[in-house]
Amino acid sequence: MYDTPASGKTAVTNEVKIAARKVNVFYGDTHAIKDVDVEIEDKTVTAFIGPSGCGKSTFLRCLNRMNDTIDICRVEGLIALDGEDIYAPSIDPVQLRAKVGMVFQKPNPFPKSIYENVAYGPKIHGMARTRAELDEIVERALRRGAIWDEVKDRLQEPGTGLSGGQQQRLCIARAVATEPEVLLMDEPCSALDPIATAQVEELIDELREQYSVVIVTHSMQQAARVSQKTAFFHLGNLVEFGETGQIFTNPHDPRTESYITGRIG
Amino acid sequence: MTDQTSSGSFDWTGPEFTARLNKRKRSQIALKLAGLTAITIAFGMLFLLVASLISTGRHAFTQTFVQIEVFLDPAHIDSDEPNRGNYRQILTDTMVKLFPDVVDDRAELRKLTSMLSNGAQFSIRDSVVADPALIGQTVAVRVPVSDPYDQLNKGLIDRETPEANRRLKDDEIANFDLLKELGMVSKPLNRWLITNADSRFPELAGLKGAIIGSFYALMTCFLLSFPIGIGAAIYLEEFAPKNRVSDLIEININNLAAVPSVVFGLLALAVFLGWFGMPRSAPFVGGMTLALMTLPTIIIATRAALKAVPPSIREAALGVGASKHQVVFGHVLPLAMPGILTGTIIGLAQALGETAPLLLIGMNAFITSAPATPFDSSTALPTQIFIWADSPERGFVSRTSAAILVLLTFLIFMNAIAIFLRNKFERKW
Repeated sequence: MYDTPASGKTAVTNEVKIAARKVNVFYGDTHAIKDVDVEIEDKTVTAFIGPSGCGKSTFLRCLNRMNDTIDICRVEGLIALDGEDIYAPSIDPVQLRAKVGMVFQKPNPFPKSIYENVAYGPKIHGMARTRAELDEIVERALRRGAIWDEVKDRLQEPGTGLSGGQQQRLCIARAVATEPEVLLMDEPCSALDPIATAQVEELIDELREQYSVVIVTHSMQQAARVSQKTAFFHLGNLVEFGETGQIFTNPHDPRTESYITGRIG
Repeated sequence: MTDQTSSGSFDWTGPEFTARLNKRKRSQIALKLAGLTAITIAFGMLFLLVASLISTGRHAFTQTFVQIEVFLDPAHIDSDEPNRGNYRQILTDTMVKLFPDVVDDRAELRKLTSMLSNGAQFSIRDSVVADPALIGQTVAVRVPVSDPYDQLNKGLIDRETPEANRRLKDDEIANFDLLKELGMVSKPLNRWLITNADSRFPELAGLKGAIIGSFYALMTCFLLSFPIGIGAAIYLEEFAPKNRVSDLIEININNLAAVPSVVFGLLALAVFLGWFGMPRSAPFVGGMTLALMTLPTIIIATRAALKAVPPSIREAALGVGASKHQVVFGHVLPLAMPGILTGTIIGLAQALGETAPLLLIGMNAFITSAPATPFDSSTALPTQIFIWADSPERGFVSRTSAAILVLLTFLIFMNAIAIFLRNKFERKW
């Protein structure tokens, strides 16, 4: 049932990109994330799995400080990107989010042209000095998003006119346009049909060569297919974290086993 | 349900069930009928309103004129000072020429000259001032008749009424009929309704001053309330911390939107005119007063429009590293714009029809020239309607209705723009 990942099965330990120590997250009085320790490696796909409401998305959104936009949300503990605390006062969340890109559950292209969608990030960060440079960045991003061939002839058409799968790949292209080091994906395929899902999963595997990818998913098959590391969350706790193969074939914790065999969740 | 059907205890065809089904159908039909009745009544009322306005107002869109040959007698006009000539005498002479047998009777003479509008002498004066070479010549001019004769010509004075109760006596009617038989009377479209400012004489009164006054007031209102309202709404919705103070502000804004407009008029009277000594009756001050009233509407509409922008768009922009201000001004505000514009136009349309606050700052003054700047005294459309509705002359009855029709036309026009903008910029995501 659980496909063996085609690649990355060998346990090569990459550099640690993001390290979280004793992370607690509160929504008002609700304790959403409890003492989570996790190390996310570079050039690796890390999957967060777990039942609904277990805190996996919440934790993901701590990694690029997206939770800052929620007034009642409070984050404690240490999250370090390349050894630097991202919640330190010296860190500008706006710059952090350019370095830690994000792809959301529902494809959310801006109601602008395909070109503008991708060019927006590089524009606001001043990454291109000339129009030609910007064109180049946009093309590179769209190629990395595996959508260039489909849209190269209609860059000025609205991004919202694409199909769901194309929109999601456009969003991935938009996220990689700012040259991030980490790519966070919050259930990127949950609104897509199986064919589009397969395309996006293929893309995720390619992206691993350049980025550290963290993906939240409800589909255990997907986690097994695309990730090298898997973290299982349950009721705000990080229950188990390890090699994907080991989690799915030989889980240490009984809760993990119950979940992947379908008894909880 | 499965229990019932499987055990067979529920009878789907029995009389009880059929009765319930019929009852349900009846109440559905009753609901439909009630809705239809409500709509019919609403449309009936609207139809009655518009029909009554048109049936009285249509008379104001035409005006009775009489074509006369006027001899510009050099004895009455000094060619050095053509604007100070005795044009009234010139007109009297003209009328005497038409009715040679009344020369000596001063009362009869006055009756004859009163057939012409008081404005006639001024329009002749104006053409002479423009071209003094006309002095000594005989010119054919078309001058408006005075209000009672206009009413007579439009059939609004009943000839069957006993003479004692009639505004025009038998001989006056006979005089007018004579002119009519001579083919000198015409009833063209009344351009003056739009191109003249107010006047004491209905046949000369027009809406130019009121329209320009309303335009200046609305522009002032828009220029003040649009940026301030959007700014306040953006701050409250996007940047303000959510605490007791912002709650209090929110409640107050909602309450302000419900405050009777006359209260804003009193406030403007006390503050703008009283403390700051701003000019009375000025459209600029009227616009400021209307802005007070429109602000809460715009703030509420803008906040609703900002709230309606899907959070996914904000997240998308934040996700690529846009700052809060870039998110708001680059993405949220453009998407909210159609909603904001619709709210603003509806707020302005409301302001256009607002009377009470303008009365309190003196925009119901009698002013016979259109304002040249927003700081000149002027009336506005609703206050002009108010003034005319109060005037005793018969001609103002139809002019009041006509002015209401003009105001309604502007309102419909503004609402049409609002609908157009909403449909044009509506986005799907």
